[in-house]
Amino acid sequence: MSHILLKGVEKIYPNGYKAIHGIDMEIEEGEFIVLVGPSGCGKSTLLRMVAGLEDITNGEVHIAGRKVNDLEPSQRDIAMVFQNYALYPHMTNYKNMAYGLKNLGTPKDEIDKRVKEVAKLLELEDLLDRRPKELSGGQRQRVAMGRAIVRKPTAFLFDEPLSNLDAKLRVQMRLVIKNLQARLGTTTLYVTHDQVEAMTMADRLIVLKDGIAEQIGTPMELYDKPETKFVGGFIGSPAMNFIDATLSSDFDEIQFQDTKLPLKTKLNSQSSNIIFGFRPEHVTLVDNSAMSLHVELVEHLGAESIIHAKLGETPITLRLNGHIEAKNGDTLNVDIDADRYHFFEKESGLRL
Amino acid sequence: MIENRPVSTFISHAVLLAGVAIVLFPIWITIVAASHDAARLLQVPLPLGLGDQFYENLKEVIGKGVGNTAPLGLMLFNSLVMALMIAIGKIVVSLLSAYAIVYFDFKFRMLFFWMIFITLMLPVEVRILPTYEVVAKLGMLNTYWGLTLPLIASATATFMFRQTFLSVPDELLEAARIDGAGPMQFFFDILIPVSRTSIAAMFVILFIYGWNQYLWPLLITTDKNMVTIVMSIKTMMEALEELPKWHHIMMTALLAMIPPVLVVIGMQKLFVKGLTETEK
Amino acid sequence: MLVAPQIIITLVFFMWPASQAVYQSLLIEDAFGGNTAFVWFDNFKELFEDDHYIKTVGRTFFYSAMVAMLSLSVSLVLAAMADRVIKGTGIYRTLLIWPYAVAPVVAGALWVFLFYPTTGIVSTFLTSIGYEWNHQLKGDQAMALVVVAAAWKQISYNFLFFLAGMQAIPKSLIEAASIDAASPFKRFWTIIFPLITPTTFFLLVVNIVYAFFETFGIIHVVTKGGPANATEILVYKVYNDGFVGLDLGGSAAQSVILMVLVIGMTIFQFKFIERKVEY
Repeated sequence: MSHILLKGVEKIYPNGYKAIHGIDMEIEEGEFIVLVGPSGCGKSTLLRMVAGLEDITNGEVHIAGRKVNDLEPSQRDIAMVFQNYALYPHMTNYKNMAYGLKNLGTPKDEIDKRVKEVAKLLELEDLLDRRPKELSGGQRQRVAMGRAIVRKPTAFLFDEPLSNLDAKLRVQMRLVIKNLQARLGTTTLYVTHDQVEAMTMADRLIVLKDGIAEQIGTPMELYDKPETKFVGGFIGSPAMNFIDATLSSDFDEIQFQDTKLPLKTKLNSQSSNIIFGFRPEHVTLVDNSAMSLHVELVEHLGAESIIHAKLGETPITLRLNGHIEAKNGDTLNVDIDADRYHFFEKESGLRL
Repeated sequence: MIENRPVSTFISHAVLLAGVAIVLFPIWITIVAASHDAARLLQVPLPLGLGDQFYENLKEVIGKGVGNTAPLGLMLFNSLVMALMIAIGKIVVSLLSAYAIVYFDFKFRMLFFWMIFITLMLPVEVRILPTYEVVAKLGMLNTYWGLTLPLIASATATFMFRQTFLSVPDELLEAARIDGAGPMQFFFDILIPVSRTSIAAMFVILFIYGWNQYLWPLLITTDKNMVTIVMSIKTMMEALEELPKWHHIMMTALLAMIPPVLVVIGMQKLFVKGLTETEK
Repeated sequence: MLVAPQIIITLVFFMWPASQAVYQSLLIEDAFGGNTAFVWFDNFKELFEDDHYIKTVGRTFFYSAMVAMLSLSVSLVLAAMADRVIKGTGIYRTLLIWPYAVAPVVAGALWVFLFYPTTGIVSTFLTSIGYEWNHQLKGDQAMALVVVAAAWKQISYNFLFFLAGMQAIPKSLIEAASIDAASPFKRFWTIIFPLITPTTFFLLVVNIVYAFFETFGIIHVVTKGGPANATEILVYKVYNDGFVGLDLGGSAAQSVILMVLVIGMTIFQFKFIERKVEY
């Protein structure tokens, strides 16, 4: 049985703006689901609809088998971690964590036991008597999580919880959250705009764009088989290269600029104008090939090199292992892994 | 500052000290005058240093009052009651309405807001006469309620609390909702503690505002047992046909300014913070 | 209903009196309250034809402008200096904050004492150097005295705001200016002063409102509007005509005019505050 169920969920604001377009999704118990997309795509709105902080215009949200559309946030048995943590500034960390339980009428010793347990889990024991103001960003983040965990909710909701932390801490906290979630086994919905965060943490993710779910799947499904050009470009870093190409009349060869690439299998397309995509890491340098690029800039990262080049006027990024000697003006010949071609319809951006 | 040239620092301090001297000179003279007897204050030139009659004067005004006025002790008490009633009354009333205006969506919300808003910064002085008649009709002349209620009507505090509440992040409300706090719990557990700086600042401002009220008490109190200390100064200055009894007047003035000055200086940090942050 | 207390108080003690004022301003009543006649806008017409009233309006504006200018400039200088010194800003602030707490009436009494024609410390000093001081007889001196007393009381408030405004300016800006070789004086006029314009503007409005309405006590104690009405401002006239002269209609009409004036200023300031919130 699904744990959280979204059935045709829509959000239309009073001014007529449609922020969420009919989203359907079934989430299993214990799954870590990431909502990812560029800012303004509606991912936070969707999360807040699950939380009960935004009204649901159409459709239904079920949590643990209960329809929760008309329930108050506090009745939905969920806990939420906010981007700016939203800790109560005048309460100690202990009270911050205890507040929700207190409102539920939990007995004092039970509250105390649970708060101490969670504090231990998050290594917050020494900080319980301090106020949020006296903590570092990472510590506040942990208190905010602690506040969610003590409630023992059916589901955790995270709204960009790491975006106020510096890069190094973010990587650390990613692991902390992921481990905790695995240990507690609590169903989790997690919003982020950072695709790396999304890829590394999610069991499955939803890519949202303009309130539409572009694709729902595991990280590798999204990486290997993006359903739309948008997902292809959004998942993976550096982003996928896209080239306008023409499909030959017998569907087994594409052509762009001076280059012709034969296809292993015939491509089924209505139109001969298509978009060809390949990932920067799916290329090899060769002495001689059909595709030669003009190097503009090379970034040496040590373990790998990122090469910014041009094919005619189209910018192309390559990601190659090791140290590649190349400089502005050089010509590089490359082969693209034929199993890793992606094709998209030009108009709709849908995968072919 | 960046450079520490002794000369410019010296000039700055000199100017500041001069400023302080000008600002505090009248207050110093008050203290001086309160410490001399009546005769000394009629001789030219007047003294600039302290005299030895301070306690004599103090005893006399506190116990007996000046001329035909009530004893100062009672006046101080009246002033205190009035100032506290105004300050606390306004804060309570304004907190409630600001909370309603910011966090609840109800019918006529904007109408209420504008109605309250129009009273903002509209001092009693402007509507003094009709207000007087209203209070008289309600039979509240010479009562503490008559003294304070009309002054609670101004909207400054509501407006400032509204600003404060607006600056409280929405997430706090959302977190509280998820934590199962109802509207009243949110108000008392979260909103009031979070706004305590502004509340303290408002208290200082309103206490002083209340304490220093003049025209209104002057109009509605005819019973000399309801007189506030601030009003009494004027009465004293008019009390005698010839020369004012300066030593008593100045002692009274001193007593009249001590409580508000103590409040301001004691709560200076909160007050300055609240004043400059919320009102802007 | 949470707004209920405020609404009731507002209705009873504001809306009711205000509408009463409007209503009364359209009536003529004799001093003993015997006969009342509805005269439409005659009270207003009379006011605007009254030389005396027009003069009072002019005097009020002059007075407010003087109070605002004097108080603002003194506190601006003091705040600029306090912002410059490294040590003692807090102490200076504590010392300068005093007058804020002093009631207008008390302030008035202090200044009267200082300038009392026969015995005042300052007035006898002025007389001894050959300047005849008697604000009980000379209108311009009376005006000067109330202006000084009113401005004195307002210095604290202005000082606090100026100082807060100046301390909110990022240090790096001042540092950049000093690297650009601007002298302290120049830095003040070209960097600091323009940056605190919003504060200055806000204070200007506050000070004018203050001078308009809240200095009643000062005037009442110091000069009672005299000599020969030399210091009678609008609020004082409302009081005087209404409670002393018992011309209720005329006084009410004046109240209405004042109310319109205040509402205008308030809206003006509100717009300004809203704009300030934006950046």
